[in-house]
Amino acid sequence: MSPKTLYDKIWDAHLAHEAEDGTCLLYIDRHLVHEVTSPQAFEGLRMTGRKVRAPEKTIAVPDHNVPTTLDRANAATMTEDSRIQVEALDKNAKDFGIHYYPVSDVRQGIVHIVGPEQGWTLPGMTVVCGDSHTATHGAFGALAHGIGTSEVEHVLATQTLIQRKGKNMKVEITGSLRPGVTAKDITLSVIGATGTAGGTGYVIEYFGQAIRELSMEGRMTVCNMAIEGGARAGLIAPDEKTYAYCMGRPHAPKGAQWEAARAWWETLYSDADAHWDKVVTIRAEDIAPVVTWGTSPEDVLPITGSVPSPQDFTGGKVEAAQRSLDYMGLSAGQKLTDIQIDTVFIGSCTTGRIEDLRAAAAILKGKKIKDGMRAMVVPGSGLVRAQAEEEGLAQIFIDAGFEWRLAGCSMCLAMNPDQLSPGERCAATSNRNFEGRQGRGGRTHLLSPAMAAAAAITGHLTDVREMM
Amino acid sequence: MDKFTKITGIAAPMPLVNIDTDMIIPKQFLKTIKRSGLGVNLFDEMRYNSDGSERADFVLNQPAYRESQIIVAGDNFGCGSSREHAPWALLDFGIRAVISTSFADIFYNNCFKNGILPIVLPKEAVEVLMDDARKGANARMTIDLESQTVTSSDGQVFAFEVDGFKKHCLLNGLDDIGLTMEKAASIDSFEKRLSAERPWV
Repeated sequence: MSPKTLYDKIWDAHLAHEAEDGTCLLYIDRHLVHEVTSPQAFEGLRMTGRKVRAPEKTIAVPDHNVPTTLDRANAATMTEDSRIQVEALDKNAKDFGIHYYPVSDVRQGIVHIVGPEQGWTLPGMTVVCGDSHTATHGAFGALAHGIGTSEVEHVLATQTLIQRKGKNMKVEITGSLRPGVTAKDITLSVIGATGTAGGTGYVIEYFGQAIRELSMEGRMTVCNMAIEGGARAGLIAPDEKTYAYCMGRPHAPKGAQWEAARAWWETLYSDADAHWDKVVTIRAEDIAPVVTWGTSPEDVLPITGSVPSPQDFTGGKVEAAQRSLDYMGLSAGQKLTDIQIDTVFIGSCTTGRIEDLRAAAAILKGKKIKDGMRAMVVPGSGLVRAQAEEEGLAQIFIDAGFEWRLAGCSMCLAMNPDQLSPGERCAATSNRNFEGRQGRGGRTHLLSPAMAAAAAITGHLTDVREMM
Repeated sequence: MDKFTKITGIAAPMPLVNIDTDMIIPKQFLKTIKRSGLGVNLFDEMRYNSDGSERADFVLNQPAYRESQIIVAGDNFGCGSSREHAPWALLDFGIRAVISTSFADIFYNNCFKNGILPIVLPKEAVEVLMDDARKGANARMTIDLESQTVTSSDGQVFAFEVDGFKKHCLLNGLDDIGLTMEKAASIDSFEKRLSAERPWV
């Protein structure tokens, strides 16, 4: 038998049909659904009289639109169009009989945090969602990627996707991370090295000591942003940490089924002599805490650096860099640590889990945020929020001057009321710094939770290592 | 879905690289439960001032390009969010094809589900077509899906690759859910095997 990558193995285990021309039907084990990209898909089912083929494998949760303020049970906190979308999901979940975590449920949260937390995401599965950050679930050695609404409808109706196999890309992070450097810095540094199209057409598998040393939560942060590197999905082979995370979760297998599952999971790794179409190697020792300066996630630099000049680039990136600098209100040569910040946002499916909150709280403990700073923490789920309260983290944030919010996507994409005003500058732990992403005219610098906490205290982008 | 066979139309040049789906359709317009009506908000924040007036410097606001059916774009068009609202907005505006050196995967797939043809060509070809697009409304290019060619206004022909199945669906305006449902027996037998081999799924 020819050697296979992990991606090859998961692909082969889910092939429901292969046409002569190589077009494949890939069986989908878990379909996650949220309110923004699903209404048209359910409408399509109604119009054609189709049912959801596997409602027991379909899990829905509203997250993008939901307010994160404590008064959100009051319908007036949502705009009418947001409310219509959330109500549409309520109704679709009920009508089609799929699993559902409504806004009022303590388990509600960002779909990519809820899936793993509830044990829906398991190694070797295929997981899709009408959301590009579905890549997150790859941390479990699950083949997970975002799809469009037409594909959501296709999966609802057939539990399969029409796919062609992607190529295999190996990203290895050798050695161990230095203090103050986190999973977020790994994933941003990889994108900085490969560019936002570097992974297009590939599924990335992450390797190396630094990846093995990450917790499951850190691995989710790494895989979450595989899409920002253009890759369809990111994967990390399961190991003891993966099994320990999954064990005992509400929807994880139990007893004999657990043993059978685990036996299969242990076969899920890339064979030593598997073929890679592309290989990228980065030394963990070379990764510093990073921030983005521009409006593409590839615009990454170590915090010790300075804003580049458009002339540092070639081709179409010259114009794009100039446009970024104009939009961001920055000039070439400016030190990154001199950039003043108005707002700090800690949350999102990239870094809205308990360890992210612990990392930020460790920096904030006993300190106050800068006068006039607007800072908010939006836990990734109601359960993360509850745990943070139990651990005393919430109080640290509140004492420091942060707003302590309810769970949702919030200011990562600003579909709810949490938005930047034009010209406002935000240090954000989320995943995208695109123009207008956090609000029209808003300026976003992506960084890790600890770096965000440091910026909240000093009022400017800050090397967190100086505060440790 | 509308068929795509052959179009001859105006192409708008958008040489900026990494045009993301947040630019194509900002999130405030994702709060719809319909597929239609998004064309007026296509490229909203690049196209309009904050008071709602048009920005004269934006290509689709210029008289020559208001009726564009094609966009010639910089590298990595459609990156970012999976929102299918991006192709819905393009289609609603009247765009039927986008030409670039590369597209983000999810956007690329979404186009085919909506009767839009994304065309990947080498850098040199895209540069020629970008220059052709800059000539304005009198320079119409022709895209023929059957023969898989783009012909510039001065008759230069560029051949492109497209997946056979996607081409078939686009040429005939086919609903691929219907096609997949014809393979229900394969899905049934896969599910039987799955529940025996991996019952925890």
